[in-house]
Amino acid sequence: MSLDAFFGLGETITLGSHTFEPDEIKAFARKYDPQPFHVDEEAAKRSVFGRLCASGWHTASMWMRYNLKKREDTAARPWNGPGPRPEFGPSPGFTDLKWLKPVYAGDTITFTRTAISHRTMASRPGWRILTIRCEAHNQDGAPVLTFDSAVLVKTG
Amino acid sequence: MNGKKWAFEDFEEGGVLELGSKSVTAEEIIEFASQFDAQPMHLDEEAGKASILGGLSASGWHTCCMFMRMMCDGFLLDSTSQGSPGIAYARWKKPVLAGDTLTGRSTVTAKRESASRQNLGFVTVRHELSNQRGEVVLELENTGMFIKREAAA
Repeated sequence: MSLDAFFGLGETITLGSHTFEPDEIKAFARKYDPQPFHVDEEAAKRSVFGRLCASGWHTASMWMRYNLKKREDTAARPWNGPGPRPEFGPSPGFTDLKWLKPVYAGDTITFTRTAISHRTMASRPGWRILTIRCEAHNQDGAPVLTFDSAVLVKTG
Repeated sequence: MNGKKWAFEDFEEGGVLELGSKSVTAEEIIEFASQFDAQPMHLDEEAGKASILGGLSASGWHTCCMFMRMMCDGFLLDSTSQGSPGIAYARWKKPVLAGDTLTGRSTVTAKRESASRQNLGFVTVRHELSNQRGEVVLELENTGMFIKREAAA
C-alpha cells in the first residue's frame, strides 16, 4: 500500500456539520475574542458584519474538533506496508487561512479536508509532512473558511 | 467607535505593540482540548510526557485563541477593528506547556487604505508569543481592517 493511498491524496472527506448557536458564539468569544460583534447582538448590528457572528478562531477550532473525530476513522485504515504503520504527530502550523464570510448565529457549517501532498523532512529523518486543504461551507454552500494545515507523520 | 485609542491612522509601519503576559494553567489546557482538540497530549500529563511535546501541552488552536485574547486586551478592544479577513501563516514553533508564562508582541509590517471602502484601511501585523525562557512558541501574521479616525468620529 502506498502512502498516497493511505493518506487518501486528492480525496475530499466530509468531517461533519455544526450549527453555531448564539450562546456558544458568545461564550467562546467572552473567553478568547471579546470583540463587540462576537458578544453582543446590538453591537453586531452596528458593525460591518450586521449580525452576531462567531469568532474566526471559533470556526477554525470547530474544524479541528470535527477533523479529530474523523481522523480516528483514517487511523483505522488498514496498512500493509512497506515499513511500519504511519503515525500522526503534531502540527507545525498552517498557512493561507481565510475567513471568507462571517459565520452568523444559526448558520450550519460543514467541514471538509483534502490531503494535498506529503514530503520528507530534512530536519527529522523518518518523518514526513502532510499538507491538508481544510474548508468550511455554510448552509448555502458558500465557503466561510479555508486554510492549508500541516501535520507531521512518522513513517520510518 | 468614538474615543478609541487605535484607529487606522494610529498604526505605523515598524511600530511595536506589547500584548502583556499570561500564565497557562493545566485546567484551561484541558478545558479547551476537551472541546476542540481531544488528543491525549492535550488532556493528560502522563500522555503529554510520553509524546514528542514533552508534557501536558496546549492545542495549537488554543495557543492561537490565547494570543487572540492577549491581542484583544493589548489593543484590539480599544481600536476601531472591524475584524480580519485571515491569517497569512501561523507557526507553532515550540510546545506550550502547563505552567508556562507567555508574553506577546505585535509589530506592524504594512498598512494600506481600502480601495473599495473609503472609511477603512488594512493593517498587517506580525505577532509573536514567547515563553518564560524567551523562546518563540507562536509566530503569525495577519491583516486587520480598521476604520479611520475621521470616519469613526
